[in-house]
Amino acid sequence: MRARLISLSVLTLLLAACGSQPPAPEQGAAGVESRTPGAVKVDTSPVTTVKPDQFDPNSIAALKDPRSPLSKRSVYFDYDSYVVKDEFQALLTAHGKFLSANPKMKMLIQGNADERGSREYNLALGQKRAEAVKKTLALLGVREDQLEAVSLGEEKPVCTESGEECWAKNRRGDMLYAGEF
Amino acid sequence: MKFQRLVLACAAVLTLCPVAARAQLTVEITGAGANRLPVAIADFTGERIVAQALTSVVRADLERSGLFRLVDAGGPLADNAAPPFEDLKTRGADAVVGGAVATAADGRYETRVRLSDVPKQAVLGNPAYLHTGAQLRATAHRIADFIYEKLTGEPGVFSTRIAYVVKSTGRYELKIADADGSNDQAALASREPIISPAWSPDGGKLAYVSFEAKKPVVYVHDLASGRRHVAANFKGSNSAPAWSPDGKQLAVVLTKDGSSQLYIVNADGSGVTRIATSSGIDTEPRWSPDGQFIYFTSDRGGSPQIYRIPTSGGSAERVTFEGSYNVTPRLSPDGKSLAFISRNGGRFQLALMDLATKQTQILTDSTKDESPSFAPNGRMILYATEIGGRGVLAAVSSDGRVKQKLSVQAADVREPAWGPLVR
Repeated sequence: MRARLISLSVLTLLLAACGSQPPAPEQGAAGVESRTPGAVKVDTSPVTTVKPDQFDPNSIAALKDPRSPLSKRSVYFDYDSYVVKDEFQALLTAHGKFLSANPKMKMLIQGNADERGSREYNLALGQKRAEAVKKTLALLGVREDQLEAVSLGEEKPVCTESGEECWAKNRRGDMLYAGEF
Repeated sequence: MKFQRLVLACAAVLTLCPVAARAQLTVEITGAGANRLPVAIADFTGERIVAQALTSVVRADLERSGLFRLVDAGGPLADNAAPPFEDLKTRGADAVVGGAVATAADGRYETRVRLSDVPKQAVLGNPAYLHTGAQLRATAHRIADFIYEKLTGEPGVFSTRIAYVVKSTGRYELKIADADGSNDQAALASREPIISPAWSPDGGKLAYVSFEAKKPVVYVHDLASGRRHVAANFKGSNSAPAWSPDGKQLAVVLTKDGSSQLYIVNADGSGVTRIATSSGIDTEPRWSPDGQFIYFTSDRGGSPQIYRIPTSGGSAERVTFEGSYNVTPRLSPDGKSLAFISRNGGRFQLALMDLATKQTQILTDSTKDESPSFAPNGRMILYATEIGGRGVLAAVSSDGRVKQKLSVQAADVREPAWGPLVR
């Protein structure tokens, strides 16, 4: 009983600690509370087997390996712009090679915008950003059917303060692999 | 049995269910018209038999419109009693309303109303309403609509409804409420964003964009049944639904062929046709009330501006020229003016353009205005803005004088859409 009490209070402390962190982007399995008509199809079939000890840059494990550029998924944009900046070419090249090496892998590219202005216009702007990422990957040889570009507009900010530092984090394209969205 | 059914209906989240009063929109009047008509609304005789005072709702409606100044009637007045005209003249009233509430033979209530012109000492109208106790507020709104129309010559909008989205922590609700913010009900609750609600012309359906499938998808939601269907779910993003004046079609924005472009689909989701082509962004379509044009936002000229294209086909024509950011076109119900959001020195403000003269007036002094929506009589424009870092709704008259603020405690309110007139 006592041990339970202690572990409970530890849990409470942990939760309190979590509470002080900024909220993570909502990419979890949350859905509408009842029906979900028209849900996107998610390809969750296993693609390749993973050898545990080797670092293969094009393995599925590399996607989550902090040593691999593939663990980085975000491309940032300037205000009112949907041009992919040069500094993100290397990142996109790594993902392009990975997708070409794993032709069964599918990627959802989510474009985002900062909060300023019209929600629908920002949705279109986010779409342009996602399309720009998609086009760059296609030019690297990735097949069209591996990629879907969608927009979350200004609806899913990772940073909710009003100010350029925060807005810059929200002007973003995120690359998600099947199973991650 | 009936009660059980109600419980079952409320269990289904997609059904309209009454929610706690604390989430209700409260309306605050922040500006009034210059020449308000002085009107006395007397307490109705027999009003004690109904739990909630009818006349207080009628008075609140008229006062909120900003077009009337309430004058104390000096005492209760029945519909069939002669108003004390001399006394009312002294009090400064131009019009007086009396009434009586009585129990009808079938157990319902009968409310009889008489509106009189004070200087002319003449009856302007004498309607009667048969209603239940549950229809008390609705009856009061109809009485206010009658008074408003008789005295201004325009239809009242007190019986209309508004839709809006409330965001609280991790939760989005698409709400429907009476135009005065009362009687709010959730049509949809989701953990993912909901944007761009649009009323069908008959007021029976809402089209909107929901992100519940991890991407924007357009749905059409029947409010009476709570049933809905997907109207557009193509590869990429689907957004910005707008109803055709006949309610048969939707203009939508799809990205299936590249960037955001304009398409028309049937309301059931069939028959997709593209209506405009640009290499950049085309979005936020709106039909003109006569169905001749579709107004939209496009960055085809280098910055986001408002354009229009004939629905019969043809080339797009630019509508806004001043400034580098003009978005979200909304036509007035008479088709003569255009409300939109204009960026002026970093501030996003509600603007109104007279389409004949192209004269534009900024109607607000706020900095984050979004999503304007005309009242169906064209008198007020409802829009979303931010006060103290929190999303609120505000309304302003098309002459910029009457101002209201509508807010919900401890939540962000956004994406307002004013429903059509109910006849």
